[in-house]
Amino acid sequence: MCAMSAEVDKVFKALAAPERRLLLDRLRADNGQTLGELCQHMDMTRQAVTKHLKVLEEATLVATIRRGREKLHYLNPMPIHEIAERWIDKYERGRLRALAELKAKLEGENNG
Amino acid sequence: MAESQFVYVTYIRTTPEKLWRALTEPEFTRQFWHDTIQECEWKPGASWRIVTPDGRTADSGEVVEIDPFRKLVLTWQHQLHPEARAEGYSRLTYTLEEKGDSVKLTVLHEMDKSDSKLIKAISGGWPMIIASLKSLLETGEALSATRRWPEGM
Repeated sequence: MCAMSAEVDKVFKALAAPERRLLLDRLRADNGQTLGELCQHMDMTRQAVTKHLKVLEEATLVATIRRGREKLHYLNPMPIHEIAERWIDKYERGRLRALAELKAKLEGENNG
Repeated sequence: MAESQFVYVTYIRTTPEKLWRALTEPEFTRQFWHDTIQECEWKPGASWRIVTPDGRTADSGEVVEIDPFRKLVLTWQHQLHPEARAEGYSRLTYTLEEKGDSVKLTVLHEMDKSDSKLIKAISGGWPMIIASLKSLLETGEALSATRRWPEGM
């Protein structure tokens, strides 16, 4: 149980920084990027991106695969899935999705 | 290079031998993989298929590479949904690495086609199957949602 909570701590700490959530968003939009690609259009130095990726990788939110000389970064959904499994009941999923869609629709109307 | 890819990484407190058996043997897959079994001789070039509880082939392909307890590469074509079937073969790679008292399991599913329907559909299913596999090996019990074949599929 202790080892389990240490893993969960790492995930929440990794998610606590907006820069790291931005990196996850970038991977969600385009999975499997190199460090160089992830640094493009980022308001961060290469060193800062490297540091954030390391934290994400230690929390297993990012997985890396080597392809020849390149190291590609992927969004790994497993830790977030495990968190959802722990606190969201399976019967709630449909209702939560409907509410999220309603919120997105209403907010979209307001913005448009 | 593959155009549609998904990677799932999870650490499971088990041994590479047990994890390998869980990924390939019916008595395990039935529990965490929606009551399905895999038919295969588990050697290079052998044909491989996932069989549903009512005997249909859900997915099939061939063993590309096999290094017991470490790495398994399969070609993978979905068979039940015509649209996904029409996309042809994808490629699945399992990598098992021992890390302390755990095994790092990496599941890489890729297809040389952008916006693959198969990869998109499967990306919804894999996290649940892997979470259930982890639960089975660590606690002896798979997640209830994965013990049965989904109704109407």
